[in-house]
Amino acid sequence: MNTAAATPQTHKPAAGGREEFAHDITGTVGRPFLEGKNTKFFCRGVNVFYTGDKQAIYDVSVDIGRNEVIAMIGPSGCGKSTFLRCLNRMNDTIAGCRVTGEINLDGEDIHAKEQDPVLLRARVGMVFQKPNPFPKSIYDNVAYGPRLHGLAANRAELDDIVEQSLTKAGLFKEVKDRLQTPGTGLSGGQQQRLCIARTIAVSPEVILMDEPTSALDPIATATIEELIDELRQSFTICIVTHSMQQAARISQRTAYFHLGKLVEVNDTKTVFTNPQHQLTENYITGRFG
Amino acid sequence: MSTTITEKVRAGLSKRYAREKRFRAYGLISISLSLMFLVLLMFNIFSKGLPAFTSTYIKLDVTLDAQTLGVTPASTPEQLRVANYSGVIQAGVQNLVPGVEDRKQKKALKSLVSGDAQYDLQRMVVADPKLIGSNQTVWVLADDDIDMFQKGYVDRNAPEADRRIKDFQLVWLDKLEAENRIERKFNTTFFTRGDSREPEQAGILSALMGSVYTMSLTLLFAFPLGVMAAIYLEEFAPKNNFFVDFIEVNINNLAAVPSIIFGLLGLAIFIQVFGMPRSSPLIGSFVLTLMILPTIIIASRAALKSVPPSIREAALGVGASKTQSVFHHVVPLAMPGILTGTIIGMAHAVGESAPLLMIGMVAFIVDVPHGITDPATILPVQIYLWADSPERAFTERTSAAIIILLAFMITMNLLAIVLRKQFERRW
Repeated sequence: MNTAAATPQTHKPAAGGREEFAHDITGTVGRPFLEGKNTKFFCRGVNVFYTGDKQAIYDVSVDIGRNEVIAMIGPSGCGKSTFLRCLNRMNDTIAGCRVTGEINLDGEDIHAKEQDPVLLRARVGMVFQKPNPFPKSIYDNVAYGPRLHGLAANRAELDDIVEQSLTKAGLFKEVKDRLQTPGTGLSGGQQQRLCIARTIAVSPEVILMDEPTSALDPIATATIEELIDELRQSFTICIVTHSMQQAARISQRTAYFHLGKLVEVNDTKTVFTNPQHQLTENYITGRFG
Repeated sequence: MSTTITEKVRAGLSKRYAREKRFRAYGLISISLSLMFLVLLMFNIFSKGLPAFTSTYIKLDVTLDAQTLGVTPASTPEQLRVANYSGVIQAGVQNLVPGVEDRKQKKALKSLVSGDAQYDLQRMVVADPKLIGSNQTVWVLADDDIDMFQKGYVDRNAPEADRRIKDFQLVWLDKLEAENRIERKFNTTFFTRGDSREPEQAGILSALMGSVYTMSLTLLFAFPLGVMAAIYLEEFAPKNNFFVDFIEVNINNLAAVPSIIFGLLGLAIFIQVFGMPRSSPLIGSFVLTLMILPTIIIASRAALKSVPPSIREAALGVGASKTQSVFHHVVPLAMPGILTGTIIGMAHAVGESAPLLMIGMVAFIVDVPHGITDPATILPVQIYLWADSPERAFTERTSAAIIILLAFMITMNLLAIVLRKQFERRW
């Protein structure tokens, strides 16, 4: 590890300007890279700019491993969601947003010309902060992706995909008798699981989750956390969360973002028991954030 | 401490409630005022217009003798068509009041019935030539002056010089009344004919058909054009692009351009440059399309904008392309708003006359148009034309035409609202 990691920098909580923090973070500490073993996402020097050259992400380099749950934590506005949205090129849809740097998925550059964002998003699914089922029936919500990509040859296959996806999302038992009722009529937690079912119906390789439980009560949250743990068997999951307990419970690795920079990445246990950067320690001990 | 705060809040409470009450009262007053005016307007239109749906008919005994007509049952249909039916009618009218010798009175007697009466006979005879030689009893349309008298618009007690029905005519009419030869019946003419110089023969059908053609075409052109333009501008056009901003500003400005300008444009472009047939529903619909496009575009864009971005993201997130996310999710959700904009635009168009005056749809159209390039007029212009006519009988026809226009508009809007209900979903 580098020297900064060995001797945590002293951080004077300044009046809060981007520049004052910026020089504190010289590079990512911890273990951001997996040295090629089981790497799913390979990100080097990722910068994101919004309109007017406002930079949201500074030089983020990290590897995301296969079948791992990586949690991204950090104070509001630190760029963790922005980084997540780089991974399936969702930032392309924002006018004036520009992404530089290298992001490879299984060794393929996702920004390459021949890379189709539609195909990429079929491989890298996304679950959003607010449950956003389509105003259609539960069945149609889940069937939308498979229909779009022509994954089912006939009605029976489609029924099968819908049932399996709902089962994986832990929702099938609750809704099997009312698949034709509107998805928007479900409770918040059920809606979010419906959105997860919709995402896994297209059998993605990676699922990005942007604060999937922030709008849910503790019981619904627990259900979804269990679900994430099960999904890890077949998917790679990147989850942005505001809850450090949640990060500690469900993730194998944790990345701490601060003001657009990736401060520290390490095994979750290490991050929470032995943070190597002063900013990380301040955050997880609740001194700020 | 807390007591003083409570005191303060309590002191302000009565004032607050008074303000709320006042505001509600203002709302009630404005609603009742507008309702009153609406009722007044409706009462006025209906009380004036409803009598136009009946018309006065006179019972005539006519002898279809071959000599007067100048034809025989064996004549060809062409000959039958040009036979002297007016002579037969005249003879019939003279039989109503025998012994009129005065030249002026004779003329007045002839004009007791509408000039249209002979065509009724013509139709009868052409349909069944065997009638020639027989005696027939027919109900024929009365002249509009007689009609007006029967409807009570002429004051019997006014000085003779001040009324269009003279004393000797009053005597005839009383006689006819006594013989049950004069009667008000449902006015089929009004619904089956085009315009006419004679009020009793004037009908709404040509204007109604003109409006139906023009509006259908306007909807056909304006809806897809407007919605597609709105979708492109809202969803696909580059943001912060000078050219796109320029178009946007111009669309907003066009919504405020006086409608007659669109008529001038139609005249200059479609008729002068492209040489399209003037007075036709086709040109009319082009002009109206241009006029209501800004309304539809602005309303559709607002509707598209109000679709939550989370729906777009959800679609993109499962791998839908931009176009798919727009057409599978955003447009269906925006459809109620888009249809509302279209209803507003179409309601605007259906009552518009100024731009159509410029392209010649103000013409006097007797024939019912049978296609989109036939000369036609539309309901608002017909109303304008009749309102401009001096005959008393056109006043009630003007109101009747307004009733038809209202009915047309309500039918159109009702259809659109039913359609909109189909699209309304919650999320």
